[in-house]
This record gives sequence, structure tokens and C-alpha cells, in this order.
Amino acid sequence: MPVTYDKISTRDAFGIALVEKARQYEDLIAIGADTTKSMGFKPMMAEFPERVINNGIAEQNMALMGAGIAAAGGKAVIATYAPFASMRISEIVRTMICYPKLDVTIASGLAGLSGNIEGVTHQGIEDIGVVRSIANLCIVVPADAASTVVISRKAIDHKGPVYIRLGRAVSETVFDESYKFELGKANILSDEGRDVAVICNGAAVARVLRAKPLWEDRGIKARIIEMPTVKPIDEEAILAAVSDCGRIVTAEEHNIIGGLGSAVCESVCKAERPCQVTRIGIDDIYTESAPHDQLLDKYNLSAEHIAQVVIGG
Amino acid sequence: MHDIKKLELMANTIRRDIVDIAYKAQGPSHPGPALSCADIVTALYFDIMKVDPQNPQWEDRDRFILSKGHACPVLYSALAEKGYFPKDWLFTIRRIDSHLQGHPDMRKTPGVDMTSGTLGYGLSVGLGMALYLKHKGNAARVFCVIGDGECQEGPVWEAVMAAPAMRADNLVAILDNNHLQSCGAVEEILPAPNMARLWEDSGWNVITVNGHNMGEILSALDVARNYHGKPTCIIANTIKGKGISYMQHDNAWHQKVPTPAQYEQALRELEEERACL
Repeated sequence: MPVTYDKISTRDAFGIALVEKARQYEDLIAIGADTTKSMGFKPMMAEFPERVINNGIAEQNMALMGAGIAAAGGKAVIATYAPFASMRISEIVRTMICYPKLDVTIASGLAGLSGNIEGVTHQGIEDIGVVRSIANLCIVVPADAASTVVISRKAIDHKGPVYIRLGRAVSETVFDESYKFELGKANILSDEGRDVAVICNGAAVARVLRAKPLWEDRGIKARIIEMPTVKPIDEEAILAAVSDCGRIVTAEEHNIIGGLGSAVCESVCKAERPCQVTRIGIDDIYTESAPHDQLLDKYNLSAEHIAQVVIGG
Repeated sequence: MHDIKKLELMANTIRRDIVDIAYKAQGPSHPGPALSCADIVTALYFDIMKVDPQNPQWEDRDRFILSKGHACPVLYSALAEKGYFPKDWLFTIRRIDSHLQGHPDMRKTPGVDMTSGTLGYGLSVGLGMALYLKHKGNAARVFCVIGDGECQEGPVWEAVMAAPAMRADNLVAILDNNHLQSCGAVEEILPAPNMARLWEDSGWNVITVNGHNMGEILSALDVARNYHGKPTCIIANTIKGKGISYMQHDNAWHQKVPTPAQYEQALRELEEERACL
């Protein structure tokens, strides 16, 4: 049955790629910390129950078992929610997975504000900032369900540690099955002018595309860049934006500190010419329980707010 | 049949290496915690474990994790004596550009099966390895040495709960029960008077041995090999600094460099022990 991507979440989309890859790699073992039902493992559980482990509510054991599977020669996928995937197990990710460069994919659910009504405990707005300084780790942030399938395939194929950021509810559709992804490469979504470059990823991409007609009404013409890989970041695309546009706006579902905006600035500072960067994200505060859309609107990611920043108001 | 005398001589050689490393390496290593598990590591590498120094990545090999990674002089010595790398590497430990890091690094040292040293993590890694080997239908087994102080770390208990539930009978935990940790006596800092019970009640096959009696260590490891359905925990009662009179029970030797006189005395004591074997 064909998948209707506007009806599924990115975590379920991840599950589609996971079972495909389980067919391809017979050494792939997936572990959840009582998250096997909530992190998209169901298709793999149905087809390969012997290769899905629910190790109970014990994220550290999950991550370390993943390291052990990979150190013994296998391919591990571990999955839990963003605050735990990035913070509860962060030293394990650093020392026991990334330092020995083990083949472990870390699926991080309920990321950004998609933990929504659960509140701050289950929202992951700092995760990219926390894991970005861990060497050997690739970090990918898909924008919607269709692109999640494509990105997840590549993430699992990658022989080394990858952190993939997933959401909870049905995602706003941006792409379709023809989505192209290369680890470390940006996607130019539109290139209609050189007033400003808007660099975005995750749930912010749909919001930026909704903001586009609003800034165009004010005569602004922008390059829109989707940056699905935060690490290694596509420095070439950023430096081209600096030289072509001279002004960058970043938009992400993350704390304003440490995420995509920070990563972009780290590349911009290598440029030969000055460039103004304005970062849109959550203003280094804790948010609250609410539906995802309402949280995105309230915490700086409404199309109107993005347009206003792009226009320069 | 086990050749106990040969193994005791090898344990003596490994103790000599540990003392050499402590004296000759630049800066302090951890002789005390290495000496306490020297007999255990000798039994594993020179009798029990199926390994091939010529092929460190052999997929059918038994795996070893030194979860109390600071005791790595014992592992480095065993690997060098086994022929994984030249013995002169031993004295480069902790120096710039060395193959031998301050704590074990599986990417830099041939024969090291898992990076370790951040306490509390080895047993879960071992469980992951054990389950993967079972999945592959591989008869190889996994041995993990953990410290008694290390058992204060929470993740140890996640693994203690999980391994019996997952019927990981190809996993053997060996608890180097040397009664001391960095700041003092385990019994004073955070006592665990019923350590064996904690493991047993979680579903482990628990065997308590004198961790310096080669025969007892080997027979416990033989039992573990033949025990099906449950992982085995061998609680090895040991002495920190075992084999060097002034290091035994003295926690100052957790991490310290011997003086020339102390070094000479240690060598003399080990020679005397060797002569008696």
C-alpha cells in the first residue's frame, strides 16, 4: 500500500526506513528503552521480532548495548526521546559510541517542541546544541515524513554514529518521495533573489515556506536553503550565501543557542566579507505544554514572525 | 586440563610488567587496581579465552571488557605477553603518540575489544556483545571485569537486571572485589554488604572465589562455561596491590609512582614469589 506522507509522523516514517534496512542488513538490531512502540519500531517488530529488543526503561543500558552490538561487529539502532537521547545518555554517546566511532544510529523522538502537550520534560529543544560538540557524530534533522524516510535510509547506511531528530505528530508536508539527500549537503529549495538567504531545517522548513509569500509581498527575494545535516554542515552552501546575499536568517525548532543558527555562524565567521546573521529559534527559555502548532506559533516560528524577521522589521 | 603452575608464573610476569609500567612510564599509572585483578586476567587470556593475537579482529574470538579501565596496565601487559604488540610499547603508556592510552582504546591498541574507563558502562556493553554473538549463532563468549567501587554506578544495575531477563548465558561478569576505591574503603563510602545476594536475586548464577587462587578462578570460569540459561557473576575477593607487600591494602597505590628503592623491593618480592612457584 502506498504511504501517504501527510498522514504520518517523522517517527513513523523512520520506522518505514528501519524495516527496509533490517531486510538489507541482517546484522541490524534495534533497541528501545520501552520506546519500541512509540519510536516507529512496529514494522520491524512485525517482520523481525528477534532483532528488536525492548530493554525496559533504561536508556543507558540501551545505548551501551548498542555500543556492544556495534563493537562486536553489528549495526545498532537505538531510540528514545530527545531529552534522553541527547542528555541522559550524552556521555555514553560521546565516550562509548562516538570516540570508538561505532556503527550506532541514535533516533531521537519528540524532538524540538513536538513533545508538545507532555511539556518541557519531554521536549527536546537543546539536543542539537548538546550533541553537536561530540566528534565523529553526524547530526541530521529531517523536515517532514517523506524526507525522513530518505534521510533515515542514509543515516542507517552510514557506518558510524548518527543522531537523527524525529518528531511526534503528523508532520506538515514539504517534500515527496523524490526528495534527494546527501549527508553533509544542503538543499536549495528556492533561489529567487539575493536579498537574503534563509537557512532552515526540521519543522521550521514548512513554516519558512509559508512565510515566503509574506516577504515576497514586501518585495523581498530570498534564497531558501534546507540544511538537513547540521553536522558535518555544508559550509560551501553557507559561504556561497554569504557572498551572494550578504545577509542570512536561520530558523529552527531549537534553543537559539547551539543549534543550526550557531552552526551557521561558525561557518559565516570564516567568510571573507561581513554578513549579518539573524537567528530565529526559542529564546533560551523553557516553553510549556500545548499542541505543537500552537507552540511553534508562540515560540517564534509562526510564518508571520519569520517573514517579519526576513523583511527586517 | 589447566596448567595452574604455568598460569601462576604468567601472573607473576604480569605483576612484574605492572610494576615496570608504574616505575618506567612518565607519570602515575594505576598499579594497585591492576594488581588486584592480575590473576583473573591471566586466567582469562592464558587459559579460558579463545583469542588469536595474529588476528585481533577474528569474529569468533571471545571478548574481554575491562570495565574498570583505569586498571589497564594489567590488560596491556596480558596483551603484550600474548603477542598482540611488542612489549616495549608498555612503557609508552600515557605518553604522546602512544598506542596505549590512559584508559583502554579499542581503536589504538590491538587486542582491546572495547574502549572503557568511564565507570559503570562495561557490563551493558558486554550484554550487547553477548546478545549480538547469540544472534549470529556464534559460540564466542564475553567476559567483563568490573570493580566493587564501580558497582556504585547506576548503569551497572541496569545491566544486572537486563542480562538474566535476556538469558545472556554467554556473558560472565567478574567482580574484582578489592574493597578499596579512590577515596578510601568501599565499606565506608558506600557499603554493599549483600553484593552476592543483589546479583543472585536479579537472576545471576553467582560464584564467590578467592581472586588470587588460580584454581578457584579457573573452576568458577569452568562452571560459567557450562551454566545455561543465566549469566554468571564471579565475585572474586581480592587485595588491592596484591603481590607487593607495601602496596597491599594501601590505597595510596591506587595511582602512584614507586621510588627507585620501592621499585627494587617490588622486583625482589616478585622474584622471591617466582622462585617458590
